[in-house]
Amino acid sequence: MSLSKRIDEEKFAPILLEEISGYANHPLRLMEVCGTHTISIFRSGIRSLLPEAIELISGPGCPVCVTPAGEINRAIALSRLKNVTLVTFGDLMRVPGGSSSLHRERAMGGDIRVIFSPLDAVEIAEKEPNRKVVFFAVGFETTSPAIAVAVKEARRKGLINFYLLSSQRLIPPAIRALLSSGKVNIDGFILPGHVSVIIGRDPYLFIAHEFDLPGVITGFEALDILEGICMLLRQKRQGRADIEIQYKRAVKEEGNKKALKVMQEVFKPVDARWRGLGLIQKSGLILREEFSRIDATYAFNIPYEDKADPPGCLCGEILQGLKRPPDCSLFGKRCTPEDPVGPCMVSSEGSCAAYYKYRVQ
Amino acid sequence: MKEKKILLAHGAGGKLSHDLLKELFLPFLNNEFLSALDDSAIIPAGTFKIAFTTDSYVVKPLFFPGGDIGRLAICGTVNDLAMTGAKPLGLSASFILEEGFPLEALEEVLSSIKEAAKEAGVMVVAGDTKVVEHGAAEGLYITTTGVGIIPEGVDIRSSNARAGDLIIINGPIGDHEIAVLIARGEFSLRGEIKSDSAPLNGLVEAMLEACHDIHVLRDPTRGGLATVLWEIANASGIGVVIEEDKVPIGEEVRVTCDLLGFDPYYLANEGKLVAFIPEKETERVLKRMRAHPLGKETVVIGRVTTENPGRVLLRTKIGGHRLLEPLSGEQFPRIC
Repeated sequence: MSLSKRIDEEKFAPILLEEISGYANHPLRLMEVCGTHTISIFRSGIRSLLPEAIELISGPGCPVCVTPAGEINRAIALSRLKNVTLVTFGDLMRVPGGSSSLHRERAMGGDIRVIFSPLDAVEIAEKEPNRKVVFFAVGFETTSPAIAVAVKEARRKGLINFYLLSSQRLIPPAIRALLSSGKVNIDGFILPGHVSVIIGRDPYLFIAHEFDLPGVITGFEALDILEGICMLLRQKRQGRADIEIQYKRAVKEEGNKKALKVMQEVFKPVDARWRGLGLIQKSGLILREEFSRIDATYAFNIPYEDKADPPGCLCGEILQGLKRPPDCSLFGKRCTPEDPVGPCMVSSEGSCAAYYKYRVQ
Repeated sequence: MKEKKILLAHGAGGKLSHDLLKELFLPFLNNEFLSALDDSAIIPAGTFKIAFTTDSYVVKPLFFPGGDIGRLAICGTVNDLAMTGAKPLGLSASFILEEGFPLEALEEVLSSIKEAAKEAGVMVVAGDTKVVEHGAAEGLYITTTGVGIIPEGVDIRSSNARAGDLIIINGPIGDHEIAVLIARGEFSLRGEIKSDSAPLNGLVEAMLEACHDIHVLRDPTRGGLATVLWEIANASGIGVVIEEDKVPIGEEVRVTCDLLGFDPYYLANEGKLVAFIPEKETERVLKRMRAHPLGKETVVIGRVTTENPGRVLLRTKIGGHRLLEPLSGEQFPRIC
């Protein structure tokens, strides 16, 4: 499928672009919520092809970026404990907590390992029964089912040395918080494809019903994004506000029921802090009571200490779409992917890293 | 240096590696040959020019589809020589062995060294072995050094790209890094993909027979195609435009990149070369390359411009454009 789609790009892109260029009457601000969209938009050079009236704003959809420094610090503190092996996804390694980061801790001798799949964490715990293996799990609805499966698998295997430090977040509550704040001016949403494969269409309906804004669940190829933008423009032209699915080859209206079920078996929603957005109701996931024995926050009793963002860092505003990365005085000067100040410069899905890597003069 | 300790990213071939050289090594060791920071130093010796290079191999795992640490150690150093147009004269090979390393595995590595050297038509003429305690190294590390002679009239350097040059590559990018990462079992993926590891000196010889006036040759190893093009654009003070739909990328590499969020332009290769050639010579060179076993898939991927000096612009399939910057941050350590 992907091969034939790619061949079609050269043929169909001009048709979609022509329709988009016909829409240039008044300024329109569309938010791509998801970091993967941000990357794809840069990689395919979509911004360089859009009429000036259409502005794409990057949203809070980068899991690493929205994880507060306090939660990174807690992971760092855990990694310093005797007999603890901390395992996590690669992007988290370089996020500055307070004065350190996981990759500096590793250079100092901490046992910190990068994994690509949650089940790898279970495997490490099984192979090294003398280590306490803590899986520092960050992610949205896309990864939560796989994390839930890992938790169940650890239980099935009777592993007593497997722990979870959960920093998982949910996307729809963040969009609601963003819109309720009234601070940011958005005319429509390019909604995340992968998250929606799991949760489906319904959780976004409030965007149309309560805020009268259109949203399109969009795939990640260049053509998907162009078509998603076209669908938003059509709604605007017709004065409609609906939640539509462009990414039909992967997203069903009802989502993935099996994945949702395993998620609900293992986790429950909880109020959670987001960098930039603050405390958002029911926007995080923690382990249900029956799994609390493996909850690292209880098992290791590490105090939570929040940290303010470093002075001058605009990550908070950037995650809300209030500012663009180049608006930050640190951008590209004191803050670069080699030596990041804020998390948006670290993650491969962060807006600052994307602007830095793909900037076009 | 801002960091107090070496991080793995210092070895990734990106900006941190570059900073380490510039800020720590050059202040102590700099001279007119080292400062070019090319793959080989070019040293005059009477009427000849000698190419001289060295490289250490720490790849993990030691064996992977399409090659092993031994094959890499020969091909990598031969290729560094070949990228100056030099004909390799001889190599040295030093082995750091961990106590307890199985002799059977060492035998296998030596056998592929023998085979790769035969393919390249070069001999290992000097060597050394050292053994360290169990745990002080991981199995086996190899360092190879190479010397070659540059044919008269050949002047191939990263700083030699000129307006009007066409840019060619001898096949699909990214195979080596993906093959090694899959072999490492890091993301529970399986694939048929093989490292492209190969000695390129024969191909370069054929190219030079077709055209003596090749301006730049580089092998896109760590940091990938994007980093190499950026280095050439900066060393030569020219702009580079690459066409996305012309750059060959295998379907397996593409799918793996989509799955894991990698960018194929930053993946390491061990049997690919990028050449900058005057446009009028290109047809002749292409014909010769395509007749060579390692050049069958050679294509033109872009050209040199006078606009945007120091920048590499990628024209995307949908007609947009993006900048290709050098590799930054941590890619994967120990891929060669």
